[in-house]
Amino acid sequence: MSPRIQALLWITQRVTAMVLVPCVAIHLVTFIYAVQSGLSAAEILARTQGNPVWAAFYALFVTAVALHALIGLRGILSEWFRWRGWSLEVFAGLAAIALATYGWRAVWAVYT
Amino acid sequence: MQVSVWRGNDTGRFETFPVPRLPNQTVLDVVTHIQRYLDETLAYRFACRVGMCGSCAMSVNGVARWTCRTHVTQVLRDDRLEIAPLSNFPVVKDLVCDMRVFFDKWTQARGYFQPSVPSDDGFAMIPPDSPARRQVDAAIECIGCGVCYASCDVVSWIPDYLGPAAMNRAWTLVNDARDTGDRERLKAVAGDAGCHACHVQLSCSERCPKHLVPTAAISGLKRRTAVAALKGKL
Repeated sequence: MSPRIQALLWITQRVTAMVLVPCVAIHLVTFIYAVQSGLSAAEILARTQGNPVWAAFYALFVTAVALHALIGLRGILSEWFRWRGWSLEVFAGLAAIALATYGWRAVWAVYT
Repeated sequence: MQVSVWRGNDTGRFETFPVPRLPNQTVLDVVTHIQRYLDETLAYRFACRVGMCGSCAMSVNGVARWTCRTHVTQVLRDDRLEIAPLSNFPVVKDLVCDMRVFFDKWTQARGYFQPSVPSDDGFAMIPPDSPARRQVDAAIECIGCGVCYASCDVVSWIPDYLGPAAMNRAWTLVNDARDTGDRERLKAVAGDAGCHACHVQLSCSERCPKHLVPTAAISGLKRRTAVAALKGKL
């Protein structure tokens, strides 16, 4: 992988980390509030369905997770198993696509 | 005291010698005593004995140190010492390690000055208090002893990782206004075997006998490569 792409991956991981800090905090506070308030699944869905703000928030969250995890997973696999080359990039890319697909699917499911 | 010393090369064993305790004794004195009076076949490396040359670095009780600047009182545990060659280096014999890979990586990191074509402009004027010159000052005193390289876990995990010293040197050149090799240098230090592999564990900075902070240099290279990548110059 070219030095330029590796440097861009490093930037991406830092930027997504900055996005994840508020996202994780909001997510934790929200679900602790939901559990503490005793909201049922139906009541939660009533709040999320058709709400573009929650959908946009979680879509951003999922995107940041997928990108951040892609780069982190790639680093761990490369370092622990001395795995280099195109097969590593393809595997990490597929893992990120799977993570993003499942995440966006969940976001869509609670929006519609 | 009882002193265990590594014998052999990459495969070998520790051999224990009884060594008398003396006032103001350094670990290098201990090794020299063994070689002069107990076993003349012991191989080790030293030159200046005063912390200037960087050739006597060894692993003392598992920690890389300059043996000439380490008093026995600092490291003696239960009247025992364990002296081994530096970690992360191939061993030539006993306490002597092969430094070639270390210096080859300085070359790979383009850790050498690349001057511009001489012009009629005269000398480069670099104010001593300019930010770039201060960055150079903070990192320039490396004498290449290998203590940081031996202390770095990333080197032990990734054999082709350039290591703290090579990148520290590259950082001094990146901040040198007279040097013209930055583009290629930043390419050389970016990536999985370069600055982006650093875990910022700070072992190099903790153990550098010159109190340099290679971690800061590596972080500087991460920022510089990021800017270069965004500008399409990497």
